Amino acid sequence: MAGKTLYDKLWDDHLVAITDDGDALLYIDRHLVHEVTSPQAFEGLRLASRRPWRIDANLATPDHNVPSSVEERVAGVDGIVDPVSKLQVVTLDDNCEEFGIEEFKINDARQGIVHVVGPEQGATLPGMTVVCGDSHTATHGALGAIAHGIGTSEVEHVLATQCLRQRKMKNMLVNVDGELRPGVTAKDIVLAVIGKIGTAGGNGCAIEFGGSTIRKLSMEGRMTICNMAIEAGARVGMVAVDETTLKYVEGRPYAPTGENWEKAVAYWKTLRSDDDAVFDKVVELDAQDILPQVTWGTSPEMVASIDDTVPGPDDFAEPVRKAACERALQYMGLKAGQRIRDIQLDRIFIGSCTNSRIEDLRAAADVVKGRKIASSIKEALVVPGSGLVKRQAEAEGLDKIFIEAGMKWREPSCSMCLAMNSDKLGAGEHCASTSNRNFEGRQGFGGRTHLVSPAMAAAAAVAGHFVDVNELVGGAQ
Amino acid sequence: MKPFTQMKGLVAPMDRANVDTDMIIPKQFLKSIKRSGFGPNLFDELRYLDEGQPGQDCSNRPLNKDFPLNFPRYQGASVLLARENFGCGSSREHAPWALEDYGFRCIIAPSYADIFFNNCFKNGVLPIALDADIVDRLFQEMYASEGYQLEIDLEAQIITTPSGEVIAFEVESGRKHCLLNGLDDIGITLQQADAIRAYEEKRRKEAPWLFSRSA
Ligand code: SF4
Repeated sequence: MAGKTLYDKLWDDHLVAITDDGDALLYIDRHLVHEVTSPQAFEGLRLASRRPWRIDANLATPDHNVPSSVEERVAGVDGIVDPVSKLQVVTLDDNCEEFGIEEFKINDARQGIVHVVGPEQGATLPGMTVVCGDSHTATHGALGAIAHGIGTSEVEHVLATQCLRQRKMKNMLVNVDGELRPGVTAKDIVLAVIGKIGTAGGNGCAIEFGGSTIRKLSMEGRMTICNMAIEAGARVGMVAVDETTLKYVEGRPYAPTGENWEKAVAYWKTLRSDDDAVFDKVVELDAQDILPQVTWGTSPEMVASIDDTVPGPDDFAEPVRKAACERALQYMGLKAGQRIRDIQLDRIFIGSCTNSRIEDLRAAADVVKGRKIASSIKEALVVPGSGLVKRQAEAEGLDKIFIEAGMKWREPSCSMCLAMNSDKLGAGEHCASTSNRNFEGRQGFGGRTHLVSPAMAAAAAVAGHFVDVNELVGGAQ
Repeated sequence: MKPFTQMKGLVAPMDRANVDTDMIIPKQFLKSIKRSGFGPNLFDELRYLDEGQPGQDCSNRPLNKDFPLNFPRYQGASVLLARENFGCGSSREHAPWALEDYGFRCIIAPSYADIFFNNCFKNGVLPIALDADIVDRLFQEMYASEGYQLEIDLEAQIITTPSGEVIAFEVESGRKHCLLNGLDDIGITLQQADAIRAYEEKRRKEAPWLFSRSA
């Protein structure tokens, strides 16, 4: 019999039962809760007079509706100007209070984007099943966990039963091998993967990212990659456990200690695909082929290298893709054949659950240090992913570097990733963004998003247009 | 979820085809953080003369006197008689939430939109599909006699009219079981509570760190 993949192992370890209709009942170790997708789930519990099955498996924090501006934040929840946003945050507070769920409230230092907070606290651990009413839950798979987003009715189901009814996904392996070029980061890798396999490439699959390049990445880099598995069509992205994982987890507030730590490590070390495991799909990438990436269109697969030009409808064979290209160019206000470096930018956004961790901020600060952002840039926002990331960055003086360069240093939240608080793009504005979705209107009505790495966003802020980060910072890693 | 076994209730008409989910509950009410309390806004655009806003007190709003649900004779109705393709449009569960919150436990129509049909069962509302000519006859009988009530017996899968006529209806056995016992997906999963507990017991031994916060 063939060996097991990492996904197979984790699946088997969490299988409670197979139901009559062939669904699996999968046990959920960690349920992360935020304010947008939970209110009706809690309401459902109340209406049915149910209680959460296991209260300590849940952890909550508000992120989407939380304002990023210091002025709005000082007054806490009361300071939230938009009444709909405020009500959602207040409702989360009330629900957590009523059901006894631990919550990092708005101005708690531990508050932040739920996908930054989970790993940072050790609340998401290797070997866990992790779910949250948010599609970027795949992030937590970087630790060697099954992690994915769920809908509101499933949020209620997990709260009430600690289980999810599921069908097993297929196994897909994305192997990236070789040495990365200077200035190329985890974000560029995942954008290149999506460019190669398309946004439907991972449909129905759990993607394991492997290969020597991935092994060499830090945990934060791995999180960036798993975060965008969903943009490659896969609900689950994961990386096998290794020494890097164990070092990252050790000493975090929710991580096991003492005897439990030893036991856990022994188990976690088994969390890798067997050498003879069989994957349904395998994709190989050579790290040397990856240059800094920039998306030019309205889907993450519409991506090019910094040295490329914007493609045109004629570059695509299938009619559907031709039409999509045409529409995207029109929306983005770009011309086929235009050089990526000639795209002028209006705003810069460094943040989101993809790229708002300390290493991301360091990479951006490295580029802007001692420089000023271009006068044509209306605003450059830097939004740390959590209160603790913010604190760490300030301890390292990164906030000063950003502010001196002319950027804005904000409070932790999802911010302009989806424009649910007041950080938005104006119609027609181009933004170099470290987030994960470049859909029409995602960052504000009529806004034009270009997805890039933090270093590339910082370089674009300085230049006012896209530029190879290596031209600013010689040999930056 | 409330179990559905037998009921006897006043019948009200929604006498038009292709009633969509926006008509059942207009989109401005979807921003709500609740799933209850949609009853006053059921068929909002048809029921009231002004434009409804979320969170508004509906008791003082101007009523559309021509809309049947506002007729005195239909007050307290719990069975909705409707036409073809009832509930088409979006997949939002707000539509059955609103019907249920208003007080409808049963809908009778010739056909339904798929997702709406499923969502009804998840929310304790029984949608019955009958031949169009039978539905038509029920409409006529209802219009002819004020206080027209129907008796619905899910177990026996029959509707009894005031004249004593018995009409049989179909319902898929799994769904019938859930409705009769008030089981939603969660209810069904909770029937396996012992298996979940047994799993937890085993896991607690194998992987104790998952159950103890060490901070
Ligand atoms: S940062 Fe963006 S993608 Fe991530 S959870 Fe928030 S809104 Fe979603």
